[in-house]
Amino acid sequence: MTPALEVSGLRKSYGAVAALSGVSFRVGEGTIVGLLGPNGAGKTTTVSIICSLLPADGGEVLVDGAPLAGDTDRAKGRLGLVPQELALYDELTADDNLRFFGALQGLEGARLSSRIDDVLRLAGLADRRRDRVRTFSGGMKRRLNLAAGLLHDPKVLLLDEPTAGVDPQSRNAIFESLEALRAAGKAILYTTHYMEEAERLCDRVVIVDHGRVVANGTAEELGRLLPAASGPELDAEARAAVALLSARGIAVPGVDGGKPRLEEVFLHLTGHALRDDR
Amino acid sequence: MKQALAIVRHELKLFLSDPRSVVVGIVTPILLATFFGFLFSGQGRHEAAKIPVLVADADGSAVSSAVVAGLAADPLLAVTQATEAAAREAVRKGKAVAAVVLPVGFGEGSVRAFFGASKAPEIVLLVDPSRATEAGLVRGLLSEKVFRESSREAFGGSSGTTVLQESLRNLEADPAPATPERETLEQLLRDVTRWKESTTGGQGGAATQTRGPGSAAPFTLKEEPVTARRGVTYNSYAHSFAGMGIQFLLFVALDFGIAFLLERQGGIWKRLRAAPLSRSSLLAGKATAGALVGLISVGATFAFGIVVLGVRIQGSIPGFLLILVSSALMASSFGLLLAALGKTPGATRGLSILAILLLVMLGGGWVPAFVFPEWLRTATLVLPTRWAIDGLDAVTWRGAGLVAGALPAAAVLFGYAALFLLVARLRFRWTDG
Ligand SMILES: Nc1ncnc2c1ncn2[C@@H]1O[C@H](COP(=O)(O)OP(=O)(O)O)[C@@H](O)[C@H]1O
Ligand SMILES: [Mg+2]
Repeated sequence: MTPALEVSGLRKSYGAVAALSGVSFRVGEGTIVGLLGPNGAGKTTTVSIICSLLPADGGEVLVDGAPLAGDTDRAKGRLGLVPQELALYDELTADDNLRFFGALQGLEGARLSSRIDDVLRLAGLADRRRDRVRTFSGGMKRRLNLAAGLLHDPKVLLLDEPTAGVDPQSRNAIFESLEALRAAGKAILYTTHYMEEAERLCDRVVIVDHGRVVANGTAEELGRLLPAASGPELDAEARAAVALLSARGIAVPGVDGGKPRLEEVFLHLTGHALRDDR
Repeated sequence: MKQALAIVRHELKLFLSDPRSVVVGIVTPILLATFFGFLFSGQGRHEAAKIPVLVADADGSAVSSAVVAGLAADPLLAVTQATEAAAREAVRKGKAVAAVVLPVGFGEGSVRAFFGASKAPEIVLLVDPSRATEAGLVRGLLSEKVFRESSREAFGGSSGTTVLQESLRNLEADPAPATPERETLEQLLRDVTRWKESTTGGQGGAATQTRGPGSAAPFTLKEEPVTARRGVTYNSYAHSFAGMGIQFLLFVALDFGIAFLLERQGGIWKRLRAAPLSRSSLLAGKATAGALVGLISVGATFAFGIVVLGVRIQGSIPGFLLILVSSALMASSFGLLLAALGKTPGATRGLSILAILLLVMLGGGWVPAFVFPEWLRTATLVLPTRWAIDGLDAVTWRGAGLVAGALPAAAVLFGYAALFLLVARLRFRWTDG
């Protein structure tokens, strides 16, 4: 079966800087694929090329098996982009923002209104519809940013670090929305430099570094790339306890709740840590 | 104190870190000051175009022909003959600064009047009220020519002799008591008659320089400002509002262009580009929005002029609106062109302000284009601002109609809008790659 999104051999240089040197992966319907890598790995560049914001130097992007043909290709409507930046008009209300972004996608009238209802409900912002975005918290803006990318009910979602700088509560809300969307059959590409997020949310993880894919698989598969099991062996009860804690957002140092630890996988594969601030 | 010094150092460093804006900050005042100095210096005058003047000679007498010839020979004037109606129309349209109307019987009347024999004939001088300085010069030159020619005829011509004798008879027959003035005049007339008899040809010679004491002015001059209709007075605000209206239309458009560049750097831009929307539609939408914002600005400006300062649209109102709309679209497209050619918002602003000031200044927005030397007046016809300002002048106080006054200007302005948009479409950095 053709995947909803297929990226193969993407290359891109900004002058002398090689941002992507052959990036390939697929995202199928009803799955969340994590694109995990440190700052500067090429995540945003990849997403921009997929949406044809940027021309690639080489490689191919297929949406439902076909490349996008130009600015006005209707197939662009199958992609929903949630930019890394908060792409909202602070001076306008949530409703006005969504009206404009919906109109850009060709929505109008009753259909637009009902879609606005839907995405605001999904983002938990239905009661703030008439408020100016300026009055929103960082987490609320992030949720509205996400909602704006969903208006035209795209089949493929491209989320570029959608949780940057949000409080844990909003992050959980976003995760729940994404899980609902996955259940609804969306193909979701989720870029992040937080390995905990990739671990918790994604069905598969594509690890990128310096514009190259260094690993691609389920969390389990990636764990097997480690030379030997790290951390203490846990019995079933201990694993259940750790899993319970981790589900509440509490990490137990030295153990991983039964899952392989992507941080170590990353360190092992690239020789450096995922994030500088650790 | 130390902190204050640190602030000074820091600000200077920031200022100097953008060499382009430093250069613009220096070049702009130099250019503008040089231009105005040039306009008002002898150099500008020297090269200034001849003043276009029309003459309607309904008299066709020796005197009137000589006046026409005298005006035509003057190096400051470019004289064309026309009928009164055509002359009036040309002045109204701004094609000529003034028109001289010499009435039937002017020649004889002026000679008679010279000796106080009858009421002076009336010369009508039709003037373009927006060009008062040049009209004043025409008035002076006209008076000089008429005095010279009618006195030459009075003292030298055959009609002069007749009139002299007639005047002398009239004076002698006048029962009113003699005044010193009257005696002097009688004496002068006798002397002139004797002198004329003693010379053969009747060349005026030194006598042309003489204005006999007591002799009356050979003509009266009625100056009539030509506006849309008789009775309509010229309102100088109409021109200044046209100039400033266009200038701020361009500034509004610059802000719009800068906002576009800022948007270009952010996430909204990604949403715009990710949507199934063509580049042309995007630009067309932006240009239309910018034009509407500009229309609000220029519309409010003119509304103030109309309500408070008595500016009137004497010509075609649809023509006026058409020029405003085409100007606004030209300006907003210009704003997008600036956004397309500029790299960063900061670098774009400085150079754009210079460009706008030059466009408005050379377009005749500050001082009217007619004070420019001729080569510059011709050269600036390539500027859209020149067409916008001339067009607004035409349909406001000049009272021009839709077809003659507004359509050519609107066509040029729409053409520029299309050109600016096309270049913006081609030169805009649509991607970072
Ligand atoms: N517009 C640009 N011009 C020049 N270099 C860029 C530009 N955008 C990104 N880069 C470079 O390309 C590389 C990948 O950037 P990016 O895709 O933004 O990474 P990520 O999103 O993973 O943080 C980095 O080295 C970055 O500095
Ligand atoms: Mg990024």
